[in-house]
Amino acid sequence: MSLALLADAALVLLVLGLAFWINAASRAFPAVVGYVAFGLLLALAWLRLSAGDVAMTEAAVGSGVTGAVLIAASVRLRSAETEAPPPALPLRLLALLLSGLVTAALAGLVLWTTGPAPSLADQAVQHLPGLGMGNAVTGVLIAYRALDTLLEKVVLLLALMGIWSLAKDRYWGGIPGPSRIQPTNGALILLARLLPPIGIVVAVYILWVGATDPGGAFQGGAILAAMWLLVMLAGLRDAPAISRPWVRLCVTVGPAAFIAVGLTGFALPNGFLSYPDSIAKPLIIAVESVLTLSIAVILGLLVAGPPERQP
Amino acid sequence: MTPATLYGLCSAVLVGAGLYGALVNPQPLRKILALNLLGSGTFLLFGVIARRGAAAGLGGDPVPQAMVITGIVVAFSATALAVALLLRVYQETGRTTLEQPAPKDVV
Repeated sequence: MSLALLADAALVLLVLGLAFWINAASRAFPAVVGYVAFGLLLALAWLRLSAGDVAMTEAAVGSGVTGAVLIAASVRLRSAETEAPPPALPLRLLALLLSGLVTAALAGLVLWTTGPAPSLADQAVQHLPGLGMGNAVTGVLIAYRALDTLLEKVVLLLALMGIWSLAKDRYWGGIPGPSRIQPTNGALILLARLLPPIGIVVAVYILWVGATDPGGAFQGGAILAAMWLLVMLAGLRDAPAISRPWVRLCVTVGPAAFIAVGLTGFALPNGFLSYPDSIAKPLIIAVESVLTLSIAVILGLLVAGPPERQP
Repeated sequence: MTPATLYGLCSAVLVGAGLYGALVNPQPLRKILALNLLGSGTFLLFGVIARRGAAAGLGGDPVPQAMVITGIVVAFSATALAVALLLRVYQETGRTTLEQPAPKDVV
């Protein structure tokens, strides 16, 4: 067994140990903290699978933003958390049997199919120069499977509409989240003043470098959202009322620009969401830039939750 | 054993652990966590398949990798919506479980 494989095995053991902890912890808050650590370790596993883009997304969204939502929820529910009795033993054994069968089937699939998997890597790389890109994953996301990416943004918007619609009638159009006591945590306030300028530069860099290296609109947007959330957490800025025109504009402009560029595909090249070769790169950069802005605002508002105060 | 196979086995256990947690744990927030475990396991399996499809000088097939990125985002959207629903249930009923209150509470 080589040293690298030993490191892999240690990482797998840590990931699995945390997964069992998330299920077994007696309170929700430690389980959520375990989940954040789990996500970061999983990002390392993605790096080991040569998937840098996925590793960044997992660390930023799967661990970071999801963790923020879950931690906030577990803190709000903590006082009401009751010891609910687990289901009866036969039911638990049945669940164990079912999960064991699913695991065994998947493990069998992994062990018995060892040959090279069918791959679209060749085709994906072949057309990248026409798009002016070097990163195949960004190419797939923004060009070959652009419809998936567009629908993903629509799913984000739908989730935001769903969360907003949970507001009580009298708070509709109001400010998300409960009113917070202004924190006097000096370190947090200092961090929220120092970090955002650096974070914004990093986010723009990640967006720009996504054309050739791991990065892209989503990863950049997630970093921007994190900076915004930091400012809101430190109490430097309150969340905006959701009826503000700029909020509505920011959340819709990205998907709208994507659809607009997609529709021009009908007039110029081959159809919906295809780019003309000569200006493919500028078009893609333009679409990605506005998408980044929309993603950042949508992610921030998804974490902030439904309106709970008058505007 | 190759690293890809090792992570493939890891993903199989994660799916099983997530499924078990979602079925057995009575707290909705813990069910949401377990479903996220199930999702992470599924994505990791995709990553293993992508790794095995490495070609054209790339470390893995970019198509499943891109699908996983989309998947992580959609899983986050679903989680955020589920958490918001749970918090609303708590605001309305003051309870964090989905079990029916005992008959004496109803009166």
